[in-house]
Amino acid sequence: MNSGIDTASLGTSGNPLRVAIVGSGPSGFYAAEALFKSPLSVRVDMLERLPVPFGLVRYGVAPDHPKLKQPTMIFDKIAQSPDFTFLGNVTVGRDVGVEQLRGTHHAILFACGAESDRRLGLPNEDLPGSHTATEFVGWYNGHPDYRDRSFDLSQEVAVVIGQGNVAIDVARILAKPIDELRGTDMAEHALAALAGSRVRDIHIIGRRGPAQASFTFKELRELGELVGCATLVSESDLHLNSASLAELENKNNFNAAKNVEILQSWTTHCATAASKRIWFHFMQSPVGIVGTGRLERIILERNRLTDSALGQLAQGTGEMVDLNCGLLFRSIGYRGLPLPGVPFDPARGVFPSTAGRIDGMPGVYAAGWIKRGPSGIIGTNRADAVATVQSLLADLPHLDSRPKSGAAGLFATLARLNSQVLSYGDWRRIDAEERRRGAVVGKPREKIPRVSDMLAVAATALQGSRNCGVDEL
Amino acid sequence: MPHIVTDKCQNCRFTDCVTTCPVACFHGDDQMLYIDNVQCVDCGACVPACPVHAIYEQTELPPDKLEWLTINAQRAPTLPVIVDKQVPLPTAEARKRELGY
Repeated sequence: MNSGIDTASLGTSGNPLRVAIVGSGPSGFYAAEALFKSPLSVRVDMLERLPVPFGLVRYGVAPDHPKLKQPTMIFDKIAQSPDFTFLGNVTVGRDVGVEQLRGTHHAILFACGAESDRRLGLPNEDLPGSHTATEFVGWYNGHPDYRDRSFDLSQEVAVVIGQGNVAIDVARILAKPIDELRGTDMAEHALAALAGSRVRDIHIIGRRGPAQASFTFKELRELGELVGCATLVSESDLHLNSASLAELENKNNFNAAKNVEILQSWTTHCATAASKRIWFHFMQSPVGIVGTGRLERIILERNRLTDSALGQLAQGTGEMVDLNCGLLFRSIGYRGLPLPGVPFDPARGVFPSTAGRIDGMPGVYAAGWIKRGPSGIIGTNRADAVATVQSLLADLPHLDSRPKSGAAGLFATLARLNSQVLSYGDWRRIDAEERRRGAVVGKPREKIPRVSDMLAVAATALQGSRNCGVDEL
Repeated sequence: MPHIVTDKCQNCRFTDCVTTCPVACFHGDDQMLYIDNVQCVDCGACVPACPVHAIYEQTELPPDKLEWLTINAQRAPTLPVIVDKQVPLPTAEARKRELGY
């Protein structure tokens, strides 16, 4: 009972607070950063289902927005802590269960994001030619899950359903001159396909009005600056009802006011000189996806707005509009995926939580999109992760205070599975190889888009260093 | 275009912005915060975080606040990085009302 070692208080060097973070995107890394800032002795073990880290910074941020990938330099610094262990190519819920993690760690923090999509709920949603924005974004960013997707870019008309920055990314990548994408880290298979693209008209469709669009104004403005591309919106689509005008008067609704100002400047643009056109349509909802064997057109219903300012909802009017199109991307929001042993809110696609504490699971936390749903940008998730870590640290007296085995315990379990677990050092080798391959073709990196190839690079490098060691002997 | 903290931060110093910065580019003195425009990745996450909208993208700076571009660039590198939210100045709430927020 009086063993000094066994009773070392939690969070001291004799009994460090061991936290398993599930997911290695922004929320995961910012949670690790916040944990390391606490005065406690903390060990962070970060589990990632892919072999490589950084989540949506690597696989979501558009290749033509390289500055927004700079947070990876911050993540890299966090990963250099001697108290940090990366375990890549480990899927929680398959390779290791939540109950196992509760045995090896004092706390679990889920930062696994929102990996799936909301559906429109229409028949024919999966007709050839109809895709999710997630698939397209993952494909052009070299995400292994989407390496083998294909998109019929011989079509001339594409429709994007959605009013967020992902919808804008999809439209911009379709509209941008290919030569402006060649020097980016866009995956080679996507560059090759987009080079042959015949897409000329891109329609972005939203169920509510311009004042309710959730585009960040900077992203919207960028569409208007694309070379050889006109941005168009009809004056009638920009009509603002009195509630919308009231919304725009609200000083905290600054972004919406900027969006409307930008859209209004596009009503007068001339389409004739441009080789590509991006059309904005507001107050319309898709109600039908039509085609024999493949997508041919969609049916849109015109909406009107009901309810009061900042809570306006779209309501169908019964008036239908046909829009011929060969490609459809739905971008109406991401959803998290359920995980065995963790409560899940199917309506919101999140792990239900209060102040970051997952409901009914003491010692288990959530941060980022799996906590809040898919809103905000990278920095928003830093503030969110910090808030969750504050809850976790405040709970310290209530956590199981017995010493835990942490990563060592996990490695023992994973070794029995005979699966290849990648370390942060392995990532560095893959990173170096990607940069080397990129340099050959004038790109910052050429991502390795297949898991098997990543594992091979990690294993080959290891083999190489062993051989070096032997040679030196 | 980088983002700029303007004099609306003076007498407030709410510091909510720093928690949203993904690259820790806010620096501060006793009066207000400043953005290091070399570090800023121009994501704009800080703009809606400020209770008094003191932060502008460079191209959005009101004409009477253009001088803050240079002031941010000069001051930020000489001051410590601020990464955690701090207690606002005692005058913050009054200043917020004065600014109309």
